[in-house]
Amino acid sequence: MAAGTLVGQARGDGVSLTAAGSWTAEYAKSLEPLVDAAVAARTAARSIAIDVAQIERIDTYGAWLIERTLRAWSSRGVETKIVGLPDRHRGLFEKVQAGTNKLSPLPRRQNPVIATLESVGRSVALVGHDMVLIFQMGGAVVAAFLRVLMRPHTFRFTSMINHLERVAWNAVPIILMITLLIGAVIAQQGIFHFRSFGADIYVVDMVGVLVLRELGVVIVCIMVAGRSGSAYTAELGSMRMREEVDALRTMGFDPVEVLILPRILALVIAVPLLAFLGSMAALYGGGLVAWSYGGINPTVFIARLRDAISMQTFEVGMIKAPFMALVIGLVACVEGLQVQGSAESLGTKTTDSVVKSIFLVIVVDSAFAVFFASIGI
Amino acid sequence: MVNGPIEHVIKVRDLVVDFQSHRVLNGVNVELNRGEVLGFVGASGAGKSTLARTIIGLLPKRAGTIEILGTDIDKADDDQRRAIDRRWGVLFQQGALFSSLTVGKNIEFPIREYLRLSNKLTKEIAIAKLEMVGLSPDVYREYPSELSGGMIKRVGLARALALDPEILFLDEPTSGLDPISAGDFDQLILTLQETLGISVFMVTHDLDSLHRVCDRIAVLGEGKIIEAGTMERMLASQHPWLTSYFHGARAHADWHVRVKG
Repeated sequence: MAAGTLVGQARGDGVSLTAAGSWTAEYAKSLEPLVDAAVAARTAARSIAIDVAQIERIDTYGAWLIERTLRAWSSRGVETKIVGLPDRHRGLFEKVQAGTNKLSPLPRRQNPVIATLESVGRSVALVGHDMVLIFQMGGAVVAAFLRVLMRPHTFRFTSMINHLERVAWNAVPIILMITLLIGAVIAQQGIFHFRSFGADIYVVDMVGVLVLRELGVVIVCIMVAGRSGSAYTAELGSMRMREEVDALRTMGFDPVEVLILPRILALVIAVPLLAFLGSMAALYGGGLVAWSYGGINPTVFIARLRDAISMQTFEVGMIKAPFMALVIGLVACVEGLQVQGSAESLGTKTTDSVVKSIFLVIVVDSAFAVFFASIGI
Repeated sequence: MVNGPIEHVIKVRDLVVDFQSHRVLNGVNVELNRGEVLGFVGASGAGKSTLARTIIGLLPKRAGTIEILGTDIDKADDDQRRAIDRRWGVLFQQGALFSSLTVGKNIEFPIREYLRLSNKLTKEIAIAKLEMVGLSPDVYREYPSELSGGMIKRVGLARALALDPEILFLDEPTSGLDPISAGDFDQLILTLQETLGISVFMVTHDLDSLHRVCDRIAVLGEGKIIEAGTMERMLASQHPWLTSYFHGARAHADWHVRVKG
């Protein structure tokens, strides 16, 4: 099968072109320059005819290339026609000729400076809008919680236990491993630098205070936001895409009560437990490194730890956990319910959920730090 | 057309497909002739979509041979497989448009991948396809999430037709459309099939489409083809499933009149 050809000859003030061979998709790449050259070359002719009788095979691509050529000439006032069109190709040509193949013009582009300013302004406004949504969701969750308290039998206990298993129990191994390593790294760095002025033993104070007050809970929350917050957003998002949320609503159920409350309560229960386990694992990791790398044996480590930290240090850390859990849960659910129809939007919202909840976890942690400092703890 | 004229564009012999331990297709023999529209019917779960997906190569088969455009797909190498992929178009039940791309980019996707034409021609062809399936060129810039169900099917069809394929697979093309849109869509398939000379493999539940569009009908049941042939043959068949399907509550009286007259 040969590629298509287009050969022309002049006849008086008219031109006749003969198309032959295969005018199909696979040859379109070589046909396009052919018709472009034809359009560019013949400017003097008054009438042009294309003879298509010798075309062996033709599809939409070929038909459109011929049609495009004819349209280019017609727009210059040249008379055009197709000759020798066999019946089997007539339908195809009619179909292609019927289309206008014109897009309506795009609205005029804005000045780039103004467009940039506009997008900055929009994102700032969106931050405010996001905060409003999070507070709204918080209010809806509290209202649902109070309703459930009044009618405890309506609470979806099984659903909560199911989520608890996924966000708490299944997260234990990875949380233990990561916090153990973090504790070990802090102890190693502490020993390395404290050793130069003979203060090795203070590494126990540092590990104890840092882990129990700050790092234990923050690291766990970051893990939970990445692991469970993203899962919540993706689940709720795909439920919204398939109209499951709307289905619940039409049956007279409140999606907040059915879907969101059990998830958020599960997180609020899970995060303190995980933070406790994580803190213990971090202390253990610190102790192991202190023993193997710093030569501080476990008895000394524990005795020193008892002096360095108080119950209050532990409480200050743990009290933050449920608040951070609440923030992660609220952000995840708000983002999940904002998912639109496309797969891309599900991806964007899941990313947003993780980024925003990690950011807010750190904001909450700072707020607590300011608060505790000002009340002198 | 590389191997001369081929009578059967698709030829399936003794096809067996399992889902885990459950046998879905058990010795299916069917062929699609060039230029015909073959309709597939069968109870839900009888394996119609499974058959289509196995032929396209989305599902593995246990036994049997599938020949497409004269090439046995088991014996084809990667290049031959790609060459075959280019010569068929598939319209999925939900359209399966890429939601992150505009309608135009969806249609241009296979064109860019396989033909590497100039941007201008690619765009013109995409718009021409849109107009061929009866949509306004301005749909070109929209995203699939902004379209109605009927438009999604049409864009899906435009994308399936992007490379001017020889075979078109349609999985329940009229499901989820109102009767008027479904009728229009049937008409569209018919005109496109006639003008472009495509062979169509259509899975459907829509009795009206079967009647209007299909040249031949194949009935799938118990993992096999129970009956294959023209509408007249279906209506004349004594098989219990066929009689309840074609003479049931949803069948139209006028078909019988038309067939007899």
